[in-house]
This record gives sequence, structure tokens and C-alpha cells, in this order.
Amino acid sequence: MGLNDLHVALGGKMVPFAGYSMPVQYPAGVMKEHLHTRTAAGLFDVSHMGQVILRPKGSYEETALAFESLMPVDVLGVKPGRQRYGLFTNENGGILDDLMFANRGDHIFVVVNAACKTADIAHMTAHLSGVCEVVAITDRALLALQGPEAETALARLVPEVAAMKFMDVGVFGDIWISRSGYTGEDGFEISLPMADAEAFAQKLLDMPEVMPIGLGARDSLRLEAGLCLYGHDIDTTTSPVEAGLSWAIQKARRAGGDREGGFPGAARILRELATGPARCRVGLRPEGRAPMRDHTALFAGDAALGEVTSGGFGPSVEAPIAMGYVPAQHADIGTKLEGEVRGKRMPVTVAAMPFQPTTYKR
Amino acid sequence: MKYTKEHEWLRVEGDLVVVGITEHAATALGDVVFVELPEVETQVAEGDEVSVIESVKAASDILAPCDGEITAVNEKLTDNPGLVNEDPLGAGWFFKMKLDDLSVLDQFMNEDEYNDLIA
Repeated sequence: MGLNDLHVALGGKMVPFAGYSMPVQYPAGVMKEHLHTRTAAGLFDVSHMGQVILRPKGSYEETALAFESLMPVDVLGVKPGRQRYGLFTNENGGILDDLMFANRGDHIFVVVNAACKTADIAHMTAHLSGVCEVVAITDRALLALQGPEAETALARLVPEVAAMKFMDVGVFGDIWISRSGYTGEDGFEISLPMADAEAFAQKLLDMPEVMPIGLGARDSLRLEAGLCLYGHDIDTTTSPVEAGLSWAIQKARRAGGDREGGFPGAARILRELATGPARCRVGLRPEGRAPMRDHTALFAGDAALGEVTSGGFGPSVEAPIAMGYVPAQHADIGTKLEGEVRGKRMPVTVAAMPFQPTTYKR
Repeated sequence: MKYTKEHEWLRVEGDLVVVGITEHAATALGDVVFVELPEVETQVAEGDEVSVIESVKAASDILAPCDGEITAVNEKLTDNPGLVNEDPLGAGWFFKMKLDDLSVLDQFMNEDEYNDLIA
């Protein structure tokens, strides 16, 4: 990767992740990196994620409608210069991947998860090639600058970002920026040519507000924000409704909407929207200080309910936090459950998410 | 001070042995957020999982370095697990043991040998 030398120079502890060598932490450590992102600004290298352009062969609308055939999401209603969260579903209503996509006037820009990108590109190519070119972008880096000082820092290099709102996208010469992220904080995601990435990252790191942040803090930040990690909290067995992602299914694609259904798994997803899912992703607050990691079994009395899908310690909430799946009748906030940690049943309470208030600039 | 392959240190204090984890181990684990301590007055055997240490990244077991009885635990770690990172060789100690036989300590590494192990 283009930024590998920089990570090593910064003292990053490199680990294999989704086929890439990535920094799990820098010398400051996960706790300080996490807290710095919440109070100032953190710089993340997320170049391993997949960047894809859908370039219409005919009209933009034709491509947008074709993209809607893969997701329970209103693509057509996204205005130029705006980004939206999306999910590819399968015939069973499970989730193949979650993603961000943006209307960039004459084409759609898509960012998908690293571990899924090969499959996603094949999926899009198989279903969309009739109406658009599916162009995998391999010569661009992707950085994220997150935190309350992100705007101040980035505006020194790209002044226009100060006027952007949450989920706006902009093209500034060779630099593509969205006001979004994966931490619950205000911030930006920045796509730029790989050849320019190291110098750009270094300019940001030279600013007093900015610290490099590894994958460890990226995970604790997104967990506090209640955001799903694909492969843990959502996968091909979880539906968007079970996962608490119904907000991502706009009215136009629901029963009675202008373009109702017409996506893989519509029968299950529309049914769950109408009558409620059998199980739900919930936030969990373990009592005491012991974290409940993923795969911790959850119980109500003797009944096995499900398991934790993400869990750890929240540096900003200063307590262990987790999320997992339980049957709907055990999903109300305040419900007392138990999690089995090292053979012992420990009390845990269903809690509202996000665990840490988000600070998006609306 | 003696050192184990499991990155624990052992310091003789009268007829007791104080046990903690090395600075190398504390750094590798990252920020410690939870420590589960053994119960006092339990008999343990070498290799028993007597304590659990959770960092922001993962959980690790602390093993009993030799046979003996747990005589004291560092209660301060319950409320302030970060002591393990701040002062691993001092205030971040885990527990004290009364050994059946102090001579078993001879089998462990001295500081030079341990430094060679982690070099």
C-alpha cells in the first residue's frame, strides 16, 4: 500500500487485515488514540476499502434504478452532491455488504468494505453491466479525518469543506471528499491519488490537532457510536430489519412506496418491516468492568437467547459496551439479561445506542 | 527478580513471592481495562489460569508460575486497572503467593536472560 512507509515511520504496529498490512495502533495506544479522536482530530488510513464508480452508459436515472435492484434503498432520490448509506441484500434478505454511495452528477461513487470488495465488484458487474460501466478504482488512497477539530484541520488544505454538511460530497480537483465517517464524530472521508496521499497525510499530521489512529481505536470508536461492523454485527444471515437498519430503507422502497420491493430478499424484508423481526440487534451494557467480547452467549434465566457480535471497552463511556442479537421479546431497553464470560453468568442490560452521542454536522 | 516465559515477574518478599507482568507484556497488551483477580487463600498449581487481564484489544490469562497458595491480591487493580500499564513492576502487581518450596524459583530466568528472550 502507498502509505505503508508512513505507518511504519509513525511507529504503527502492523497486522494483517483483509489481505492488507494495517496499523492496529501507533505508540500512543488505542485508549489515547480513541480519546484524541473524540476531543481533537484523528487521521485514519482506510485505503484498503473498495472504491468503485458506476458510470452510466445511458441516463443517470437508468443506472440509479438498476442499482436499486440490488438494495432496499432509494437511490434515485439522492440529490447531486449527496451521499447515502446502502446495503446489498441476498435472496434470503440477508446482507451481502454495507456501503456508502454518492450521486456525483453524472455517475455514482461507491465505497465498500475491504473484505467484501472483490465479491461486491463481481456482484455489481454481473447485475449492472448492461446499463453502466463498473469501474474499480485501484490508484487512489482513502483517508478519514474524524473529530471536532477535523473541519479546522482539513479546511487549511481544502477551504471549501467548511461549508459541507453531514453526507455532502464534493470534488476539489483531484480530491474527492465526503462529510461522513465511522466514529460517530463530525469528520470527512478523503479519496485522493495514491501518489499524493503520503504528502497530504503528512501535512495533516503536522497540524497540532491531528494524531494518526489505528484499527484498534477505529473499532472502539464505531462500537461506541453503535455502528455495525460487517462480518460481526451484520452478515448474510442477518436482515436489515433485524439489524436495526430499517432507517436505511426509505419510504419509496417500502410497502405502498413508489418503487416498492424489487430488491433481493424483498419478501422477508417487507414482511419484517410490517410485523417486526423475530430477533433484534441491541446495545448491551455489562455490569462491572469486565468486557463481553464477540461470541459471548446471552441468556434470560436458562433460555439461550443469542450472542454478542461486537464487544469491548468504551474509552469515552469508560465502561464495557457491546451489541448482539436477542429475540424481540427480550430487546426492550432496560431488559436485564446475562452474558456468560469465562463460564460465569454476568449481568448485562439492554441499552440504547449510540453509547456515545454523535456530533454529525447536519 | 525472576521472570517466566509467560512474561510474568516474581519478586521474593520474605517468605512470599509477588507476581506481576513485565513492562514488555504490558506494552504488548495495550491499555488494560479490566483485571479479574484470584481469590485469597486458594491453592493453585503451576500453569493454572488464576487471573484474567483484559486490554482494549483482547483478553489474556495470567498463569500461576508455580505451586502454592494465593495470600494476597492487589485490590487496587479492580478500580484502576491502568496501574498495570503505568507501573507494571511496582503498583501494578497482581497477587502474592506462599510457595511450597522457594527453591523452584531457581528454574526461572534472571533479568539478562529475560531481556535476551524479548530482544
